[in-house]
Amino acid sequence: MLYGMIKGTKIFDSFIEGALEGLHTLYMIIPTLTGLVVAVEMLSQSGAIDLICNAVTLVADFFGFPKEIVPMAALRPISGSGATAILTNIFENYGPDSVVGKIASALAGSTETTFYAVTLYFGSVGITKARHTLWVGLCADFTALVMAIVTVKLML
Amino acid sequence: MDVVFLINYLWGIMIIISIVCGILTGNTQQLSSGVMNGAEKAAKLLITLFGVMVFWSGIMKVAEKSGLTKQLVKVLSPPLKKLFPDIDSNSVAFQSICMNISANLIGVGNAATPFGLKAMSEMQKHNLKKDTATDSMVVFVVMNTASLQLIPATLGYLRQSYGSKNPFEILPCVIICSVAALTVALVLAKSINRLTRGKYSSSNENKRYKGKPVKLWK
Repeated sequence: MLYGMIKGTKIFDSFIEGALEGLHTLYMIIPTLTGLVVAVEMLSQSGAIDLICNAVTLVADFFGFPKEIVPMAALRPISGSGATAILTNIFENYGPDSVVGKIASALAGSTETTFYAVTLYFGSVGITKARHTLWVGLCADFTALVMAIVTVKLML
Repeated sequence: MDVVFLINYLWGIMIIISIVCGILTGNTQQLSSGVMNGAEKAAKLLITLFGVMVFWSGIMKVAEKSGLTKQLVKVLSPPLKKLFPDIDSNSVAFQSICMNISANLIGVGNAATPFGLKAMSEMQKHNLKKDTATDSMVVFVVMNTASLQLIPATLGYLRQSYGSKNPFEILPCVIICSVAALTVALVLAKSINRLTRGKYSSSNENKRYKGKPVKLWK
């Protein structure tokens, strides 16, 4: 802000312009968000998430991997708003300062919606052969997941 | 693999699994209330995001207009030149890449997207196989799939609104994870590019084969 004022930028005008863009982005994600949050809620209410989690728990426990993170880690590369929905769910059930809450936060902060970015950027120029982009992106997401667990357990 | 198709597919699977599971476990009542709850939750989430999104986008626009982002571009140019050896640093493509990365760093994904799209279309102009990604495109998109945020504002706000005592406590973890993910992404992308050297580079590929990095992107 200070920098803007020193430089003599019309800060309020700029602010309004940017805020409007933010509003537009928000408007654009409403349908995606609603659709996914409903689907996630259906999954958890029908007991499907519990079933999947139970299956994963055996493996997860072995590696000291908190099973509450599983749905979020699985959804994170596909849908940002879906992952945010699960994140708020975790905050609600375990609290943001719990170990699970912290791991989920670290994961949310260090990954992006890989599928979305790949689709958007390559789709915009009509490229259908993305080569190794997707796999590399997913490897990065997996690294972030492992690191989120390791760093939170070691540092916090 | 068609990515768009995959997302549509997944959404369908999620719903079908829910319905099947609901019927099998006799949770049909909860299932239908889940639909209503989900819709309600989505609305609540939107309201939570509303304020912070609008405000933060506004602040970022100020940073952009005041030239703060341009300062960042200056800092970022040297390392980015190394990552995109076939792109001339004076070209629109390179400028757009810098702006995109800078906007990502200060945490405005929305501001980053237009620059990213611009960068892609500039790179596409010099692409020899129009349906296949070039090496630089892969590196660029991979960078965008790894989050580069310095300050995860939305995350901090979410944590705070759910009663965290110290919303930004996780910041060091986030940064370590981001850097680790980005390193893995870049190393993988770069080494695969090296393995297929020349096969998928942009229009300067023949020149590069002779060992001279000639820049054609003016």
